[in-house]
Amino acid sequence: MKGDLPLTPDDVNAIVAILDGGQYDRLDIRTGRFRLRVARSEDGPDGEKGGWTQQWSLEDDEPVAAEAEAAASEESEIPEGMTAIRATLPGTFYRAPSPGADAFVEVGDMVEPDTPVGIIETMKLFNPAAAGCSGEIAEICVDNAEMIAAGRVLMLVK
Amino acid sequence: MIKTLFIANRGEIALRVIRTAKRLGIETVLGVSEADVRSAAAWLADRVAPVGPAPSAQSYLSVDNVVKAAKASGADALHPGYGFLAENVALARACAEAGIVFVGPAPESLEAMGDKLMARTVGIAAGLPVVPGGEAADKDAARARAEETGYPLLLKAVSGGGGKGMKRVDEPADLDAQIDMAMAEAQAAFGDPRVYVERFIASGRHVEVQILGDGTSAIHLGTRDCSIQRRFQKLVEEAPAPNLPDDKRAAIEQAAVRLAEHLDYRGAGTVEFLVDAETFDFFFLEMNARIQVEHPVTEAITGIDLIEQQIIIADGSPLSLTQEMVRPFGHAIEVRINAEDWRKDFQPSPGIASAVRWPAGAGIRVDTHIFDGGEVPPFYDSLAGKLIAHGKDRGEAVAKLGAALGNFALAGMETTAGLHAAIAADPRFMEGGVDTRFFGEFAHG
Repeated sequence: MKGDLPLTPDDVNAIVAILDGGQYDRLDIRTGRFRLRVARSEDGPDGEKGGWTQQWSLEDDEPVAAEAEAAASEESEIPEGMTAIRATLPGTFYRAPSPGADAFVEVGDMVEPDTPVGIIETMKLFNPAAAGCSGEIAEICVDNAEMIAAGRVLMLVK
Repeated sequence: MIKTLFIANRGEIALRVIRTAKRLGIETVLGVSEADVRSAAAWLADRVAPVGPAPSAQSYLSVDNVVKAAKASGADALHPGYGFLAENVALARACAEAGIVFVGPAPESLEAMGDKLMARTVGIAAGLPVVPGGEAADKDAARARAEETGYPLLLKAVSGGGGKGMKRVDEPADLDAQIDMAMAEAQAAFGDPRVYVERFIASGRHVEVQILGDGTSAIHLGTRDCSIQRRFQKLVEEAPAPNLPDDKRAAIEQAAVRLAEHLDYRGAGTVEFLVDAETFDFFFLEMNARIQVEHPVTEAITGIDLIEQQIIIADGSPLSLTQEMVRPFGHAIEVRINAEDWRKDFQPSPGIASAVRWPAGAGIRVDTHIFDGGEVPPFYDSLAGKLIAHGKDRGEAVAKLGAALGNFALAGMETTAGLHAAIAADPRFMEGGVDTRFFGEFAHG
């Protein structure tokens, strides 16, 4: 929303063409709106000239709001004698294979490491979540269709 | 003339559309979900308008939210990009009712092509050859269809695209389980659980033709080959399709134009074919009534800005190009840099990128929204950027691609760049014309 970015991809290639014919190996441009670093990479093993790279950052007033989610997934301690089933991926957790179907597991069910306990939808793909341990499901810690971070405790097994 | 363009999409394609609109002097308004407020596209758009919370079902897939936001912004046109609602008839109709120009084909064309089954019927009516198969509403119907097509077969989402809800089934014993998963994925991704069954052609190539139509006449911008796929999602795309006999190439291009003219097609579209890698016989698969992810390879060899063409046609102008004016030069290859751990079965790897060094220089193009600090959130697909290499011939394009991938760097998430470097160095790929089995063999041995 800062509006115009004054350099197009064609402009960047034009800058590279100028640098390529000269003695400089890098260019670092910083404005109030962006920073662009154009650099020649290391020469290849056969002595051929290295290619070029572009590195952009868009300047912003506020820091990137990213850590918030990680902090939010702060969890309570795993009780003594329990094992946690954790999410291997961030995404939406589903307890059943399809809406209306029975849940994969309920409290009191026995699981083996490869027992499916849910599905995590990440990037529009369904990824089966397995128990990863053996025992009895003691607690289910997330709701169906809840957004979860990677590493989140899904269930406790005793 | 279109003055204000609403972009109902995100990621690299939103950025891509904004760039062309700016060049044409059109104001841009980007619809953003809560997860994308700080995206590069939001940074570059003239204005942003909220379309809902992060999950796409409540934002980018909500016709109501999108049209409300577009209307409130005062936009006179809407570009849907690819995926999400790009081929959604309800969106096209809602735009028309709101007095907003939909940058895409007429609702009738979307209807004819949005549903893969109807597309087959229309393809047959236009005189195009199709692969044996048909719809399967439930497991019993699927079993009956499977009897007709034999194994291996493909299950495809009727409303599908992008490989979602598509499954290969090798044996009758696997059919039930696969159809459950396919229907669940189809429901989640497209809101339509219907699937259909199609014969799987073992040694096939995926060849497609870019077309442009103005409702009266149509032209083609040549072929693309997208045979390198995993889970039926394209990984590597090139233009033109390599190692095709000239007469077969011309026949495929002509078939695509015939279909576009049969539909009185208005806009940019892609007609997809399955080409037998040995006989070069071809079968019409479907038509994508939108801009494609892989459109840059066609732009590279033709010098034509396809987004600009979409906007010109949407504005009501006749085609400004004739077939003779399309003079492709050289060869271009695109690789999709996805935020995925390809060494762990392509496990998604969303995250925040840092130290992002994209290649640059002559013959190199990068379409991306991921710069330093850029995020690939878990809500959407995994595309972090596209690297396109253009050379005077295929050999040069492959060499440039390999060198460029060697210079690429990105921290903060796993990407498929290393995989592409390995593909670019593979002798079979270097020779050109691999079939859709190539990737499976490549990945497993």
